[in-house]
Amino acid sequence: MRNTLTIAGKELTGYFVQPVAYVVLTVFILLGGWFFFAMLRQFDEMVQLVQMMGQPETLKQMNLNNRVIDPLLHDLSIVLVIVMPALTMRVFAEEKRTGTYELLLTAPVRTGEIVAGKFLAAAAFTLVMVALAWIFPLILMVFGNPELGVMFAGYLGLFLLSLAFVSVGLFTSSLTQNQIIAAISSFGILILLFVISWPAEAGGGAVWSVLKYLSLPEHFSTMTRGVIDTSDVVFFLSVVATALFLTQRSVESARWR
Amino acid sequence: MIEVKHLTKAYGSFVAVKDISFRAERGQILGFLGPNGAGKTTTMRIITGFMPATSGTVEIDGLDIFTNSLEARRRIGYLPENPPLYSDMRVEAYLRFVAKLRGVKRAEIDDALDHVLKVTGLADMAHRICGQLSKGYRQRVGLAQALVHNPPVMVLDEPTIGLDPRQIHEIRELIRGLAGDRTIVLSTHILPEVSQICDKVVIINDGRVALEEQIKDIPAGTSLEEVFLNAIAREGHPEAASAEETLEEVGAGHSA
Repeated sequence: MRNTLTIAGKELTGYFVQPVAYVVLTVFILLGGWFFFAMLRQFDEMVQLVQMMGQPETLKQMNLNNRVIDPLLHDLSIVLVIVMPALTMRVFAEEKRTGTYELLLTAPVRTGEIVAGKFLAAAAFTLVMVALAWIFPLILMVFGNPELGVMFAGYLGLFLLSLAFVSVGLFTSSLTQNQIIAAISSFGILILLFVISWPAEAGGGAVWSVLKYLSLPEHFSTMTRGVIDTSDVVFFLSVVATALFLTQRSVESARWR
Repeated sequence: MIEVKHLTKAYGSFVAVKDISFRAERGQILGFLGPNGAGKTTTMRIITGFMPATSGTVEIDGLDIFTNSLEARRRIGYLPENPPLYSDMRVEAYLRFVAKLRGVKRAEIDDALDHVLKVTGLADMAHRICGQLSKGYRQRVGLAQALVHNPPVMVLDEPTIGLDPRQIHEIRELIRGLAGDRTIVLSTHILPEVSQICDKVVIINDGRVALEEQIKDIPAGTSLEEVFLNAIAREGHPEAASAEETLEEVGAGHSA
Protein backbone atom coordinates (compact mmCIF):
# COMPACT_ATOMS: atom_id res chain seq x y z
CA MET A 1 0.00 0.00 0.00
CA ARG A 2 2.75 2.42 0.92
CA ASN A 3 4.48 1.77 -2.38
CA THR A 4 1.25 2.37 -4.27
CA LEU A 5 0.74 5.69 -2.51
CA THR A 6 4.37 6.69 -3.08
CA ILE A 7 3.99 6.11 -6.80
CA ALA A 8 0.55 7.73 -6.91
CA GLY A 9 1.86 10.81 -5.12
CA LYS A 10 4.79 11.19 -7.46
CA GLU A 11 2.59 10.68 -10.52
CA LEU A 12 -0.03 13.15 -9.35
CA THR A 13 2.60 15.84 -8.75
CA GLY A 14 3.87 14.94 -12.20
CA TYR A 15 0.52 15.80 -13.78
CA PHE A 16 0.60 19.27 -12.34
CA VAL A 17 4.11 20.13 -13.47
CA GLN A 18 3.39 18.99 -17.01
CA PRO A 19 1.76 21.24 -19.58
CA VAL A 20 -0.20 18.34 -21.06
CA ALA A 21 -2.48 18.09 -18.04
CA TYR A 22 -3.29 21.79 -18.13
CA VAL A 23 -4.00 21.67 -21.84
CA VAL A 24 -6.33 18.71 -21.29
CA LEU A 25 -8.11 20.53 -18.46
CA THR A 26 -8.44 23.74 -20.45
CA VAL A 27 -9.73 22.09 -23.60
CA PHE A 28 -12.18 20.05 -21.55
CA ILE A 29 -13.61 23.04 -19.68
CA LEU A 30 -13.58 25.47 -22.62
CA LEU A 31 -15.34 23.07 -24.97
CA GLY A 32 -17.70 22.16 -22.14
CA GLY A 33 -18.47 25.86 -21.71
CA TRP A 34 -19.22 26.22 -25.38
CA PHE A 35 -21.56 23.22 -25.39
CA PHE A 36 -23.22 24.50 -22.24
CA PHE A 37 -23.75 27.88 -23.83
CA ALA A 38 -25.19 26.31 -26.98
CA MET A 39 -27.50 24.03 -25.03
CA LEU A 40 -28.71 26.88 -22.85
CA ARG A 41 -29.42 29.10 -25.86
CA GLN A 42 -31.48 26.36 -27.47
CA PHE A 43 -33.35 25.77 -24.25
CA ASP A 44 -34.05 29.45 -23.89
CA GLU A 45 -35.35 29.78 -27.43
CA MET A 46 -37.58 26.78 -27.02
CA VAL A 47 -39.03 28.09 -23.78
CA GLN A 48 -39.81 31.41 -25.46
CA LEU A 49 -41.36 29.65 -28.43
CA VAL A 50 -43.56 27.47 -26.24
CA GLN A 51 -44.58 30.50 -24.19
CA MET A 52 -45.54 32.40 -27.30
CA MET A 53 -47.68 29.53 -28.47
CA GLY A 54 -49.30 29.51 -25.05
CA GLN A 55 -48.89 25.84 -24.17
CA PRO A 56 -48.46 25.71 -20.39
CA GLU A 57 -48.56 21.88 -20.39
CA THR A 58 -45.54 21.55 -22.69
CA LEU A 59 -43.75 24.25 -20.75
CA LYS A 60 -44.07 22.21 -17.56
CA GLN A 61 -42.47 19.19 -19.19
CA MET A 62 -39.40 21.07 -20.27
CA ASN A 63 -36.67 20.85 -17.69
CA LEU A 64 -33.03 21.79 -17.41
CA ASN A 65 -31.90 18.27 -16.62
CA ASN A 66 -33.24 16.73 -19.80
CA ARG A 67 -32.58 19.63 -22.11
CA VAL A 68 -29.24 20.94 -20.87
CA ILE A 69 -27.35 18.68 -18.48
CA ASP A 70 -28.07 15.37 -20.17
CA PRO A 71 -26.88 16.46 -23.65
CA LEU A 72 -24.01 18.42 -22.07
CA LEU A 73 -22.74 15.30 -20.31
CA HIS A 74 -22.85 13.38 -23.57
CA ASP A 75 -20.87 16.10 -25.30
CA LEU A 76 -18.35 16.11 -22.45
CA SER A 77 -17.98 12.36 -22.78
CA ILE A 78 -17.01 12.85 -26.44
CA VAL A 79 -14.44 15.48 -25.43
CA LEU A 80 -13.06 12.99 -22.91
CA VAL A 81 -12.66 10.34 -25.61
CA ILE A 82 -10.38 12.77 -27.40
CA VAL A 83 -8.39 14.25 -24.52
CA MET A 84 -7.98 11.32 -22.13
CA PRO A 85 -5.62 9.36 -24.41
CA ALA A 86 -3.39 12.46 -24.46
CA LEU A 87 -3.37 12.47 -20.68
CA THR A 88 -2.50 8.80 -20.23
CA MET A 89 -0.22 8.20 -23.21
CA ARG A 90 2.96 9.10 -21.37
CA VAL A 91 2.33 7.12 -18.19
CA PHE A 92 4.34 4.03 -19.12
CA ALA A 93 5.64 4.92 -22.59
CA GLU A 94 7.73 7.81 -21.34
CA GLU A 95 9.28 5.75 -18.55
CA LYS A 96 10.36 3.19 -21.09
CA ARG A 97 11.87 5.78 -23.39
CA THR A 98 13.78 7.69 -20.72
CA GLY A 99 15.00 4.62 -18.86
CA THR A 100 13.24 5.31 -15.55
CA TYR A 101 11.40 2.06 -16.21
CA GLU A 102 14.56 0.30 -15.04
CA LEU A 103 14.39 2.20 -11.78
CA LEU A 104 10.76 1.21 -11.22
CA LEU A 105 11.15 -2.44 -12.15
CA THR A 106 14.29 -2.97 -10.07
CA ALA A 107 12.82 -1.29 -7.01
CA PRO A 108 11.44 -3.66 -4.35
CA VAL A 109 7.90 -3.00 -5.56
CA ARG A 110 5.33 -5.35 -7.08
CA THR A 111 4.14 -4.73 -10.62
CA GLY A 112 0.58 -4.52 -9.34
CA GLU A 113 1.58 -1.73 -6.97
CA ILE A 114 3.10 0.24 -9.83
CA VAL A 115 -0.04 -0.11 -11.94
CA ALA A 116 -2.31 0.69 -9.00
CA GLY A 117 -0.28 3.76 -8.11
CA LYS A 118 -0.35 5.10 -11.62
CA PHE A 119 -4.07 4.43 -11.90
CA LEU A 120 -4.84 6.13 -8.57
CA ALA A 121 -3.01 9.26 -9.68
CA ALA A 122 -4.81 9.38 -13.01
CA ALA A 123 -8.12 8.75 -11.27
CA ALA A 124 -7.46 11.61 -8.85
CA PHE A 125 -6.67 13.90 -11.76
CA THR A 126 -9.88 12.82 -13.48
CA LEU A 127 -11.80 13.58 -10.32
CA VAL A 128 -10.44 17.12 -10.47
CA MET A 129 -11.58 17.42 -14.08
CA VAL A 130 -15.08 16.17 -13.41
CA ALA A 131 -15.31 18.32 -10.29
CA LEU A 132 -14.38 21.43 -12.29
CA ALA A 133 -17.14 20.57 -14.74
CA TRP A 134 -19.60 21.08 -11.87
CA ILE A 135 -19.32 24.75 -12.74
CA PHE A 136 -22.13 24.22 -15.27
CA PRO A 137 -24.71 22.73 -12.87
CA LEU A 138 -23.74 25.39 -10.33
CA ILE A 139 -24.58 28.13 -12.82
CA LEU A 140 -27.91 26.46 -13.50
CA MET A 141 -28.63 26.24 -9.80
CA VAL A 142 -28.11 29.97 -9.42
CA PHE A 143 -30.56 30.85 -12.20
CA GLY A 144 -32.91 27.90 -12.23
CA ASN A 145 -33.94 24.84 -10.30
CA PRO A 146 -32.44 21.69 -11.85
CA GLU A 147 -32.72 18.46 -9.90
CA LEU A 148 -29.58 17.87 -7.90
CA GLY A 149 -29.93 14.10 -7.67
CA VAL A 150 -30.23 13.63 -11.40
CA MET A 151 -27.17 15.77 -12.01
CA PHE A 152 -25.24 13.88 -9.37
CA ALA A 153 -26.03 10.58 -11.07
CA GLY A 154 -24.96 12.00 -14.42
CA TYR A 155 -21.68 13.31 -13.09
CA LEU A 156 -21.01 10.04 -11.31
CA GLY A 157 -21.52 8.42 -14.71
CA LEU A 158 -19.06 10.85 -16.27
CA PHE A 159 -16.49 10.04 -13.59
CA LEU A 160 -16.91 6.27 -13.99
CA LEU A 161 -16.69 6.67 -17.74
CA SER A 162 -13.44 8.60 -17.46
CA LEU A 163 -12.02 5.96 -15.09
CA ALA A 164 -12.68 3.42 -17.83
CA PHE A 165 -10.94 5.72 -20.34
CA VAL A 166 -7.96 6.14 -18.02
CA SER A 167 -7.49 2.42 -17.51
CA VAL A 168 -7.67 1.71 -21.24
CA GLY A 169 -5.12 4.51 -21.72
CA LEU A 170 -2.79 2.98 -19.13
CA PHE A 171 -3.02 -0.34 -20.90
CA THR A 172 -2.07 0.99 -24.34
CA SER A 173 0.70 3.07 -22.79
CA SER A 174 2.15 -0.07 -21.20
CA LEU A 175 2.42 -1.73 -24.60
CA THR A 176 4.80 0.70 -26.27
CA GLN A 177 7.49 3.26 -25.70
CA ASN A 178 5.98 5.54 -28.32
CA GLN A 179 3.48 7.99 -26.86
CA ILE A 180 1.76 8.64 -30.18
CA ILE A 181 1.12 4.94 -30.66
CA ALA A 182 -0.22 4.72 -27.13
CA ALA A 183 -2.56 7.66 -27.66
CA ILE A 184 -3.87 6.55 -31.06
CA SER A 185 -4.50 2.99 -29.91
CA SER A 186 -6.38 4.00 -26.81
CA PHE A 187 -8.31 6.51 -28.91
CA GLY A 188 -9.21 3.66 -31.26
CA ILE A 189 -10.34 1.36 -28.46
CA LEU A 190 -12.45 4.08 -26.85
CA ILE A 191 -14.16 5.03 -30.13
CA LEU A 192 -14.83 1.36 -30.76
CA LEU A 193 -16.42 0.99 -27.32
CA PHE A 194 -18.57 3.99 -28.20
CA VAL A 195 -19.87 2.69 -31.50
CA ILE A 196 -19.72 -1.04 -30.83
CA SER A 197 -23.50 -1.31 -30.57
CA TRP A 198 -24.22 0.45 -33.86
CA PRO A 199 -24.72 -2.71 -35.91
CA ALA A 200 -26.88 -4.02 -33.07
CA GLU A 201 -29.39 -1.16 -33.19
CA ALA A 202 -31.63 -2.99 -35.61
CA GLY A 203 -31.29 -6.68 -34.85
CA GLY A 204 -31.80 -8.92 -31.82
CA GLY A 205 -30.05 -12.13 -30.80
CA ALA A 206 -27.32 -13.07 -28.37
CA VAL A 207 -24.36 -11.58 -30.24
CA TRP A 208 -26.11 -8.27 -30.62
CA SER A 209 -27.05 -8.08 -27.00
CA VAL A 210 -23.43 -8.69 -26.03
CA LEU A 211 -22.34 -5.85 -28.31
CA LYS A 212 -25.00 -3.69 -26.76
CA TYR A 213 -23.80 -4.59 -23.28
CA LEU A 214 -20.23 -3.61 -24.18
CA SER A 215 -21.30 -0.20 -25.44
CA LEU A 216 -20.16 2.60 -23.15
CA PRO A 217 -22.91 5.14 -24.05
CA GLU A 218 -25.54 2.50 -23.37
CA HIS A 219 -24.57 2.44 -19.69
CA PHE A 220 -23.66 6.08 -19.54
CA SER A 221 -27.02 7.38 -20.76
CA THR A 222 -28.88 5.51 -18.05
CA MET A 223 -26.86 7.49 -15.52
CA THR A 224 -27.22 10.85 -17.26
CA ARG A 225 -30.98 10.30 -17.08
CA GLY A 226 -30.57 10.13 -13.33
CA VAL A 227 -30.66 6.39 -12.73
CA ILE A 228 -27.82 4.84 -10.75
CA ASP A 229 -28.20 1.20 -11.67
CA THR A 230 -25.81 -1.20 -9.97
CA SER A 231 -25.35 -3.10 -13.21
CA ASP A 232 -24.03 0.03 -14.94
CA VAL A 233 -21.66 0.79 -12.09
CA VAL A 234 -20.49 -2.81 -12.16
CA PHE A 235 -20.00 -2.57 -15.91
CA PHE A 236 -17.72 0.47 -15.65
CA LEU A 237 -15.78 -1.02 -12.77
CA SER A 238 -15.27 -4.26 -14.67
CA VAL A 239 -13.91 -2.36 -17.68
CA VAL A 240 -11.46 -0.68 -15.27
CA ALA A 241 -10.53 -3.98 -13.63
CA THR A 242 -10.02 -5.76 -16.95
CA ALA A 243 -7.89 -3.00 -18.40
CA LEU A 244 -5.77 -2.74 -15.25
CA PHE A 245 -5.32 -6.49 -15.13
CA LEU A 246 -4.13 -6.46 -18.73
CA THR A 247 -1.81 -3.56 -17.90
CA GLN A 248 -0.29 -5.50 -15.03
CA ARG A 249 0.24 -8.52 -17.29
CA SER A 250 1.78 -6.35 -19.97
CA VAL A 251 4.22 -4.67 -17.57
CA GLU A 252 5.13 -8.03 -16.09
CA SER A 253 5.63 -9.63 -19.49
CA ALA A 254 7.94 -6.82 -20.61
CA ARG A 255 10.50 -8.39 -18.29
CA TRP A 256 10.38 -11.59 -20.26
CA ARG A 257 11.11 -10.15 -23.65
CA MET B 1 27.88 -10.66 -1.81
CA ILE B 2 26.88 -11.44 -5.37
CA GLU B 3 26.97 -14.96 -6.68
CA VAL B 4 26.22 -15.53 -10.36
CA LYS B 5 25.88 -19.16 -11.41
CA HIS B 6 25.60 -20.50 -14.95
CA LEU B 7 23.67 -17.51 -16.21
CA THR B 8 22.25 -17.78 -19.72
CA LYS B 9 20.00 -15.29 -21.43
CA ALA B 10 18.50 -15.73 -24.87
CA TYR B 11 16.52 -13.13 -26.76
CA GLY B 12 14.65 -15.34 -29.17
CA SER B 13 17.34 -17.21 -31.05
CA PHE B 14 20.07 -14.75 -30.10
CA VAL B 15 21.97 -15.83 -27.00
CA ALA B 16 23.37 -12.73 -25.34
CA VAL B 17 24.84 -14.38 -22.27
CA LYS B 18 26.13 -17.95 -22.21
CA ASP B 19 26.72 -19.79 -18.95
CA ILE B 20 28.31 -16.94 -17.03
CA SER B 21 29.48 -17.58 -13.45
CA PHE B 22 31.42 -15.34 -11.09
CA ARG B 23 31.23 -14.04 -7.57
CA ALA B 24 31.95 -10.79 -5.80
CA GLU B 25 32.65 -10.85 -2.08
CA ARG B 26 31.61 -8.36 0.54
CA GLY B 27 33.84 -5.29 0.47
CA GLN B 28 35.02 -6.07 -3.01
CA ILE B 29 34.83 -3.82 -6.07
CA LEU B 30 34.49 -5.98 -9.12
CA GLY B 31 35.36 -4.52 -12.51
CA PHE B 32 33.18 -5.95 -15.23
CA LEU B 33 34.87 -5.60 -18.61
CA GLY B 34 34.14 -6.58 -22.15
CA PRO B 35 33.82 -5.22 -25.67
CA ASN B 36 30.59 -3.54 -26.74
CA GLY B 37 27.82 -6.07 -27.11
CA ALA B 38 29.58 -8.68 -24.97
CA GLY B 39 26.57 -8.95 -22.66
CA LYS B 40 27.58 -6.67 -19.79
CA THR B 41 24.36 -4.70 -19.61
CA THR B 42 22.25 -7.84 -20.00
CA THR B 43 24.10 -9.50 -17.13
CA MET B 44 23.66 -6.45 -14.93
CA ARG B 45 19.97 -6.24 -15.74
CA ILE B 46 19.57 -9.84 -14.67
CA ILE B 47 21.56 -9.30 -11.47
CA THR B 48 19.31 -6.38 -10.54
CA GLY B 49 16.11 -8.27 -11.27
CA PHE B 50 15.07 -6.07 -14.18
CA MET B 51 14.63 -9.20 -16.24
CA PRO B 52 14.90 -12.91 -15.55
CA ALA B 53 17.57 -15.19 -16.93
CA THR B 54 16.72 -17.96 -19.35
CA SER B 55 18.59 -20.29 -17.02
CA GLY B 56 21.02 -19.98 -14.12
CA THR B 57 20.73 -18.14 -10.82
CA VAL B 58 21.84 -14.94 -9.16
CA GLU B 59 22.10 -14.64 -5.39
CA ILE B 60 22.34 -11.35 -3.54
CA ASP B 61 23.57 -11.96 0.00
CA GLY B 62 22.23 -15.49 -0.34
CA LEU B 63 18.80 -14.36 -1.63
CA ASP B 64 17.76 -15.51 -5.08
CA ILE B 65 16.92 -12.53 -7.28
CA PHE B 66 14.15 -14.44 -8.97
CA THR B 67 12.45 -16.51 -6.30
CA ASN B 68 13.03 -14.04 -3.46
CA SER B 69 12.93 -11.00 -5.64
CA LEU B 70 11.59 -8.22 -3.42
CA GLU B 71 13.96 -9.03 -0.54
CA ALA B 72 16.92 -9.31 -2.90
CA ARG B 73 16.05 -6.10 -4.78
CA ARG B 74 15.86 -4.21 -1.49
CA ARG B 75 19.58 -4.89 -1.06
CA ILE B 76 20.65 -3.53 -4.43
CA GLY B 77 21.47 -0.04 -5.58
CA TYR B 78 21.47 0.08 -9.35
CA LEU B 79 22.76 2.75 -11.69
CA PRO B 80 21.69 1.81 -15.24
CA GLU B 81 23.64 2.98 -18.27
CA ASN B 82 21.44 6.07 -18.52
CA PRO B 83 20.76 7.62 -15.11
CA PRO B 84 17.03 6.96 -14.58
CA LEU B 85 15.98 10.53 -13.77
CA TYR B 86 12.53 12.06 -14.03
CA SER B 87 13.42 15.19 -15.94
CA ASP B 88 10.66 17.34 -14.48
CA MET B 89 11.45 16.54 -10.82
CA ARG B 90 13.76 18.41 -8.52
CA VAL B 91 16.79 16.50 -7.30
CA GLU B 92 15.63 16.34 -3.70
CA ALA B 93 12.07 15.32 -4.56
CA TYR B 94 13.42 12.67 -6.88
CA LEU B 95 15.74 11.18 -4.28
CA ARG B 96 12.95 11.29 -1.70
CA PHE B 97 10.74 9.35 -4.09
CA VAL B 98 13.43 6.73 -4.71
CA ALA B 99 14.13 6.45 -0.98
CA LYS B 100 10.46 5.76 -0.24
CA LEU B 101 10.24 3.34 -3.12
CA ARG B 102 13.23 1.38 -1.83
CA GLY B 103 11.69 1.19 1.61
CA VAL B 104 13.69 3.71 3.66
CA LYS B 105 11.76 4.33 6.87
CA ARG B 106 9.82 7.58 6.97
CA ALA B 107 11.75 8.91 9.97
CA GLU B 108 15.09 8.16 8.36
CA ILE B 109 14.44 9.67 4.93
CA ASP B 110 15.64 13.19 5.73
CA ASP B 111 18.91 11.92 7.15
CA ALA B 112 19.40 9.56 4.23
CA LEU B 113 18.87 12.44 1.78
CA ASP B 114 21.26 14.75 3.63
CA HIS B 115 23.87 12.06 3.73
CA VAL B 116 23.61 11.05 0.10
CA LEU B 117 23.53 14.65 -1.15
CA LYS B 118 26.69 15.35 0.80
CA VAL B 119 28.53 12.24 -0.29
CA THR B 120 27.78 12.79 -3.97
CA GLY B 121 28.52 16.52 -3.79
CA LEU B 122 25.00 17.51 -4.73
CA ALA B 123 24.12 19.61 -1.68
CA ASP B 124 24.00 22.80 -3.76
CA MET B 125 21.96 21.13 -6.49
CA ALA B 126 19.19 19.74 -4.30
CA HIS B 127 16.61 22.17 -5.61
CA ARG B 128 17.58 22.07 -9.26
CA ILE B 129 15.38 20.31 -11.80
CA CYS B 130 16.87 17.01 -12.95
CA GLY B 131 16.27 17.70 -16.64
CA GLN B 132 18.39 20.85 -16.47
CA LEU B 133 21.46 19.27 -14.93
CA SER B 134 24.68 18.73 -16.83
CA LYS B 135 25.79 15.21 -17.73
CA GLY B 136 28.18 15.05 -14.79
CA TYR B 137 25.55 16.07 -12.29
CA ARG B 138 23.00 13.74 -13.81
CA GLN B 139 25.50 10.93 -13.26
CA ARG B 140 25.92 11.97 -9.64
CA VAL B 141 22.18 12.02 -9.09
CA GLY B 142 22.16 8.56 -10.63
CA LEU B 143 24.74 7.43 -8.10
CA ALA B 144 22.85 9.16 -5.31
CA GLN B 145 19.65 7.26 -6.12
CA ALA B 146 21.59 3.98 -6.15
CA LEU B 147 22.98 4.82 -2.73
CA VAL B 148 20.05 6.45 -0.97
CA HIS B 149 18.82 3.32 0.82
CA ASN B 150 22.35 2.40 1.86
CA PRO B 151 22.38 -0.93 0.01
CA PRO B 152 24.95 -3.63 0.73
CA VAL B 153 25.26 -4.32 -3.01
CA MET B 154 25.70 -1.79 -5.80
CA VAL B 155 25.57 -2.42 -9.52
CA LEU B 156 26.91 0.43 -11.64
CA ASP B 157 26.68 0.29 -15.42
CA GLU B 158 29.42 2.48 -16.89
CA PRO B 159 29.27 5.14 -14.19
CA THR B 160 31.96 7.35 -15.74
CA ILE B 161 30.80 7.30 -19.36
CA GLY B 162 30.55 10.68 -21.01
CA LEU B 163 32.21 12.60 -18.21
CA ASP B 164 35.17 14.94 -18.47
CA PRO B 165 38.49 13.84 -16.92
CA ARG B 166 37.98 15.82 -13.74
CA GLN B 167 34.49 14.40 -13.25
CA ILE B 168 35.75 10.89 -13.99
CA HIS B 169 38.32 11.35 -11.27
CA GLU B 170 35.69 12.60 -8.82
CA ILE B 171 33.22 9.80 -9.53
CA ARG B 172 36.02 7.24 -9.20
CA GLU B 173 37.03 8.64 -5.84
CA LEU B 174 33.40 8.57 -4.85
CA ILE B 175 33.01 4.91 -5.78
CA ARG B 176 36.21 3.98 -4.02
CA GLY B 177 34.86 5.77 -0.95
CA LEU B 178 31.59 3.84 -1.18
CA ALA B 179 33.22 0.44 -1.06
CA GLY B 180 33.74 -0.23 2.65
CA ASP B 181 31.48 -3.12 3.54
CA ARG B 182 29.67 -3.05 0.26
CA THR B 183 29.90 -5.26 -2.78
CA ILE B 184 30.17 -3.19 -5.94
CA VAL B 185 30.00 -4.42 -9.50
CA LEU B 186 31.05 -1.82 -12.00
CA SER B 187 31.15 -2.10 -15.74
CA THR B 188 33.43 0.10 -17.78
CA HIS B 189 35.44 0.45 -20.94
CA ILE B 190 38.20 2.35 -19.25
CA LEU B 191 40.85 -0.15 -18.28
CA PRO B 192 42.97 2.05 -16.00
CA GLU B 193 39.78 2.65 -14.05
CA VAL B 194 39.68 -1.01 -13.15
CA SER B 195 43.30 -1.27 -12.10
CA GLN B 196 42.85 1.88 -10.01
CA ILE B 197 39.70 1.14 -8.08
CA CYS B 198 38.82 -2.53 -8.45
CA ASP B 199 39.89 -5.55 -6.41
CA LYS B 200 38.83 -8.06 -8.98
CA VAL B 201 38.24 -8.14 -12.69
CA VAL B 202 35.83 -10.23 -14.74
CA ILE B 203 36.23 -9.98 -18.49
CA ILE B 204 33.40 -11.23 -20.65
CA ASN B 205 33.47 -11.62 -24.36
CA ASP B 206 30.75 -12.77 -26.70
CA GLY B 207 28.54 -13.68 -23.76
CA ARG B 208 31.15 -15.84 -21.98
CA VAL B 209 33.50 -15.25 -19.09
CA ALA B 210 36.95 -14.89 -20.63
CA LEU B 211 38.78 -14.16 -17.39
CA GLU B 212 38.10 -13.89 -13.68
CA GLU B 213 41.10 -12.68 -11.73
CA GLN B 214 42.08 -10.75 -8.61
CA ILE B 215 43.83 -7.53 -9.57
CA LYS B 216 46.69 -8.37 -7.19
CA ASP B 217 47.24 -11.68 -8.99
CA ILE B 218 47.89 -9.97 -12.29
CA PRO B 219 51.67 -10.18 -12.69
CA ALA B 220 53.46 -6.90 -12.13
CA GLY B 221 54.49 -5.23 -15.35
CA THR B 222 51.54 -6.65 -17.24
CA SER B 223 49.09 -3.92 -18.13
CA LEU B 224 45.40 -4.64 -17.87
CA GLU B 225 45.14 -3.81 -21.54
CA GLU B 226 47.32 -6.77 -22.35
CA VAL B 227 45.32 -9.00 -20.07
CA PHE B 228 42.11 -7.79 -21.66
CA LEU B 229 43.22 -8.21 -25.27
CA ASN B 230 44.76 -11.57 -24.45
CA ALA B 231 41.60 -12.82 -22.84
CA ILE B 232 39.51 -11.71 -25.78
CA ALA B 233 41.90 -13.07 -28.36
CA ARG B 234 41.91 -16.47 -26.63
CA GLU B 235 38.16 -16.61 -26.99
CA GLY B 236 38.48 -16.50 -30.76
CA HIS B 237 36.65 -13.21 -31.12
CA PRO B 238 36.11 -12.15 -34.75
CA GLU B 239 38.36 -9.20 -34.04
CA ALA B 240 41.01 -11.45 -32.56
CA ALA B 241 43.45 -10.87 -35.38
CA SER B 242 43.43 -7.14 -35.02
CA ALA B 243 43.51 -7.53 -31.26
CA GLU B 244 46.65 -9.60 -31.58
CA GLU B 245 48.24 -6.92 -33.68
CA THR B 246 47.36 -4.28 -31.17
CA LEU B 247 48.76 -6.53 -28.50
CA GLU B 248 52.04 -6.78 -30.29
CA GLU B 249 52.17 -3.04 -30.61
CA VAL B 250 51.45 -2.71 -26.93
CA GLY B 251 54.08 -5.32 -26.16
CA ALA B 252 56.58 -3.52 -28.33
CA GLY B 253 55.78 -0.30 -26.56
CA HIS B 254 56.47 -1.95 -23.25
CA SER B 255 59.76 -3.51 -24.13
CA ALA B 256 60.98 -0.32 -25.73
